[in-house]
Amino acid sequence: MQATAETDETGVTPAPAPALRIERLSAWYGAHQAIRDVSLRVPANCVTAIIGPSGCGKSTALRCLNRMHEVVRGARVEGRVLLDDADVYAPGVDAVRVRRRIGMVFQKPNPFPMMSIYDNVVAGLRLSGEARGRDLDTVVEESLRAVGLWDEVKGKLRQSGASLSGGQQQRLCLARALAVEPEVLLMDEPCSALDPVATYKIEELMEALKDRYTIVIVTHNMQQASRVSDYTAFFLAGEDRVGELIEYGRTDSLFTAPRDRRTEDYITGRFG
Amino acid sequence: MAVGAGAAGAAVARRRLSAAAPGERRRRIVNAAATGLIAAAAALSSLVLVLILGYVAWQGLPALNLPFFTERPRPYGEVGGGVAPAILGTLIMLLVAALLSVPLGIGTAIYLAEFGRGAFARLVRLVVDLLAGLPSIVVGVFVWALLVRHVVGQYSGLAGAVALAIIMVPIMTRSVEEILRLVPDALRESALALGVPRWRTILGVVLPTARVGVITGVALSLARAGGETAPLLLTALGNQFFSFNLLGPMAALPVQIYTYAVSPYDDWHTKAWGSALILVLVVGCLSLAARAVTGRARW
Repeated sequence: MQATAETDETGVTPAPAPALRIERLSAWYGAHQAIRDVSLRVPANCVTAIIGPSGCGKSTALRCLNRMHEVVRGARVEGRVLLDDADVYAPGVDAVRVRRRIGMVFQKPNPFPMMSIYDNVVAGLRLSGEARGRDLDTVVEESLRAVGLWDEVKGKLRQSGASLSGGQQQRLCLARALAVEPEVLLMDEPCSALDPVATYKIEELMEALKDRYTIVIVTHNMQQASRVSDYTAFFLAGEDRVGELIEYGRTDSLFTAPRDRRTEDYITGRFG
Repeated sequence: MAVGAGAAGAAVARRRLSAAAPGERRRRIVNAAATGLIAAAAALSSLVLVLILGYVAWQGLPALNLPFFTERPRPYGEVGGGVAPAILGTLIMLLVAALLSVPLGIGTAIYLAEFGRGAFARLVRLVVDLLAGLPSIVVGVFVWALLVRHVVGQYSGLAGAVALAIIMVPIMTRSVEEILRLVPDALRESALALGVPRWRTILGVVLPTARVGVITGVALSLARAGGETAPLLLTALGNQFFSFNLLGPMAALPVQIYTYAVSPYDDWHTKAWGSALILVLVVGCLSLAARAVTGRARW
């Protein structure tokens, strides 16, 4: 059985307009298929969580959304990902342009080591040649304020980003992603390398940022998914080790009344 | 039952700790002997370097005085004179060789590290390895046949620089390629995910992150080329006079050492040692500078 966003619309509140529509998405690494036939609608200005056990293809699915999957050698994608009704995989669409509109934060905080905090924030603008004529000081301040880092680092903007704590580094990476003004923000287990306090700060930020951005987060942590997300997609790999979307719906209903037996088994901790 | 098994296990552990196990004494002796042998090997190889440096310094230091650094060599048999044209020539040829080899070497390294997959990349890697193993005299003969005999038509500093560049490219390529591979993929992905084009990612993130290693690779290849003699004998030839003319014969330290060393005069023999000392210092400074840069920075 193929779960899609349509099944969600049996819920009481109608889903908001989708920011991303994923249609029959499949992805491969060489000969190995990682995900099969994933279809779902990511609602705008909401947090959508992708959960599932290791190897279920949730990170792969996320990386397909901004065409980062194809960066890996031998990787291949089929299906469509519609951003404002335009397929990001359509011929003639430049992956670079897609990534400007769909930003990404990775699992490990990875500020550019040779750049200062300031340079890290504006790296995206500078490296794509769009820094000219921009008031970079304002971009830096606004981006750092948006991630609650401004007061902590405003006195040491010229220091290396590596001098910050892990949680601060991750928020710096978030600021770096926000500085290029994306519409969608993909987060690939953004808290798995952080301590609980830093995790809490990132979760708070997601709540604040969803007014302006559509957020998709991959997480290992079901509690995190239930805390931060409005919608949740549950992925699972079958016998053939190919990940599939098992269930998708509002987070509260998915966690309290899962429709699929496998979802129930997973969220009650019977496996995974 | 379970408690009893635990107590028995603890008793076994106590017995093992208190009494030497069979073969333990022998293992300790073998361990000590092996450690001693490899330490001796390490000491011996360091000693060779110390002996060479010490002997060169001992023989060469008497030659060093101000005229040695500022004057040109005297005619055959005359006492005095210096190696200034050779120092100048070596620096000029290294500079030109660097201008020729750095774009080529770093470009090839970027190709191999960032794009190189498949048959063509394997071929390039093989060719670069073969080139690195090519005897430098062969490079000299080749450049002599091409530039000295034909294109330029005479022995020249340019031909010398080209020969040195050919020697530098493979060394630089392989060391820079290794360094670029050490740059974490996470940084490339971060830049790409910001919507930065691939070429900008390489120039703006990968190369700056690896810049220390890149500089080291260039410096080490310069140090290697700076000591080459055979190809220069066939290309730059050497020159007793100051020359900035790249299209004419040019002096070089290794060639000057050779000229002084094969002469029958004691004063010139001392000067050969002195030149050797300077060459060692120049090459050593390049290596040390490379190490100093590496030591300071980290990623």
